[in-house]
Amino acid sequence: MTGSSPEYRPGAYREAAAHSLRETPMVRDSVGSATRTFDSLRAHAYADVESDRWRDWARDVKGHALTHLDQYLEQAERSLVRNGVHVHWAATAEDVHRVIAKVVETHGVRTVVKSKSMLSEELDVNAHLESLGVRPVETDLGEYIIQLLDEPPSHIVGPAIHRSLDDCRVLFHERLGTPLDSEPDELAAAARAALREDFLSADLGISGGNFLAADTGTVALIENEGNIRLTTSVPRVHVALVGIEKVVPRFEDLAGLLQLTARAATGQPIGLFVSLIQGPRTGDEVDGPEEVHVVLVDNGRTTLFEDDVAWEALRCVRCGACLNICPVYRQTGGHAYGWTYSGPIGAIISPGLLGLDRALPLPHASSLCGACTDVCPVRIPIPELLIHWRERTVDEGRNSTAERLGMKAYAGLAERPGAFSAAASALRWTPWRAAGRALPVLSGWVQERDAPSPSPRSFRDLWREGIE
Amino acid sequence: MRVALFVTCLGDQFFAEACADAVRLLRHVGAEVSFPTDQTCCGQPAFNSGHRREALRMMRHTTQVFADAEYVVLPSGSCAGMVRSMYSGLSDTDEARAAAEDLAARTYELSEFLVSVADCEELGDGLTGHRVAYHHGCHALRELGVSDQPVTLLRSCGAEVIEWSADRECCGFGGTFSAKLPEVSAAMADHKLDTLPDVDVVTSADGGCLLQLSGRAGRRELPVPFRHLASLLWQGVAGAEAPRGSA
Repeated sequence: MTGSSPEYRPGAYREAAAHSLRETPMVRDSVGSATRTFDSLRAHAYADVESDRWRDWARDVKGHALTHLDQYLEQAERSLVRNGVHVHWAATAEDVHRVIAKVVETHGVRTVVKSKSMLSEELDVNAHLESLGVRPVETDLGEYIIQLLDEPPSHIVGPAIHRSLDDCRVLFHERLGTPLDSEPDELAAAARAALREDFLSADLGISGGNFLAADTGTVALIENEGNIRLTTSVPRVHVALVGIEKVVPRFEDLAGLLQLTARAATGQPIGLFVSLIQGPRTGDEVDGPEEVHVVLVDNGRTTLFEDDVAWEALRCVRCGACLNICPVYRQTGGHAYGWTYSGPIGAIISPGLLGLDRALPLPHASSLCGACTDVCPVRIPIPELLIHWRERTVDEGRNSTAERLGMKAYAGLAERPGAFSAAASALRWTPWRAAGRALPVLSGWVQERDAPSPSPRSFRDLWREGIE
Repeated sequence: MRVALFVTCLGDQFFAEACADAVRLLRHVGAEVSFPTDQTCCGQPAFNSGHRREALRMMRHTTQVFADAEYVVLPSGSCAGMVRSMYSGLSDTDEARAAAEDLAARTYELSEFLVSVADCEELGDGLTGHRVAYHHGCHALRELGVSDQPVTLLRSCGAEVIEWSADRECCGFGGTFSAKLPEVSAAMADHKLDTLPDVDVVTSADGGCLLQLSGRAGRRELPVPFRHLASLLWQGVAGAEAPRGSA
């Protein structure tokens, strides 16, 4: 984003989206092209297997785990402890910060290598590390790019997809000294060389966790670059930040979930690297960390869980498929949404995690086209949940008085057919541009489009006269 | 076949001729068409904006108006989707739910009714040589599963339905969305317009989508003609001399 961008917060969505479309049209080009490629790869990968059955199964497994969350979390804790892992429960971001601060202090940590973790974004881990005088280094290539740019990720899986190849050429030229005409492979090699030093000197690796198997205490991570493998095995200490919704009952559930997530995210049969972390290095092992911590993070998830409708969003496996197919997301990318999670999934989990007041108007940032639900690997009924948050907005009186009164009046008219058709005919002949001041719906319309031409006679009139 | 036509708010005011063409099409396939004059709004704008109580009032009114109809046909995929897919879940009593499910089972989008109920796959040859792009309205496509029927009918009239990479991507209308977030909504329409192949006419089973696309094309001064599916299909039956539909 440029310096003059609107604030980075959900409340500024409309201005931020408009600003992005107006000032940085290349973002729309980059995001549009990347998401369409991702989506077409996903479509092929779904078509190669019985994806409808896989998705039913994944929905049921994740749903079962969530409805028995306390049981599986306690089982996971016992398994992790048995494996020699230090387990921490964190209700808030501050709790997570305290755990990290303790590890930093105990081990004299000065450099941290991080693998891509949306949860760590949500928890502002990098800012916290910097406040402790620790240097965090993002090791996923996309995250590395946006860390150099000092930007937040704009997509769950492809954090830098809003940037073009030329943006990266210029950035790497300035920061790593690569030639301006470098090929992508050469840019990746330059990043790899720089990161290798950091992997070797870091005292701590911080990762997320895609899944946590309760029966074996296994943290599962998928990736394509190998940086997660290094982050979780080279430094002496590894801290995995895992949202409490990531727990699944059995180790064997991972087989299906890891494959489905990869197919949904990038169209791959499985990620190029799968790390199944069972605890610290044991006596006869040659590598791996000496100490492993798993932080089980709530940070608003139980609030979301307590909502009878919205809880279904907790099944999310963070594949980004709903972003890739979303025609709204495609216009701006993720920054306009003003928080960690963007696109359709962001619009339904942000109100739960942040509170509805801070997340508005994100549940309205959708035309309810339903494409997201077509592709969701765990079948989250996203449009239904968007409408649910809109209903809560109304119930809590957070929408405008004009809208509330307008809808009441509209419903009243709809129960009185004579008045309704008279009012509809009046609207037909209203000069939209002039009436826009009184009726915001009309001004929003004519800002971007011509007013529609009304039929010369209403259908009601044509019917009365007889149709031949 | 006794068909009660539910013309919808936009149909009544902005696509009146297309709704008249829907009457002609329905009669052409042998239906006896009525127009219950007490009909108003299906409640979709209220429902989609989170005003559940108001949507429920409109649902109650609509289920009463169409209580006795053998079939209810709408020249709009999204309003048909509201009645068929949303009413049941919106219901607050067992009685309301029963009425909603009963109505849902009798409700069809126009092209769906022509193909699936009236068993019509051949209409005429009035669109011979016309290059047509069909925009799949999201609710017709996803809530009703209507995708082949309009294309089949257009082809049966001799039209060449041209491949369009974005034909299943949302146009950005989304009801109140188009006014609440007009900049993003317009950008969505722009993607549709910018990918549009060279055609004689763009059509859709949804008036809202057509207003969005034609309104945006107008603002950008793009000379693209838009016509409601009902009008185009009636032209397919009656030829170029058919009464011209609106928009």
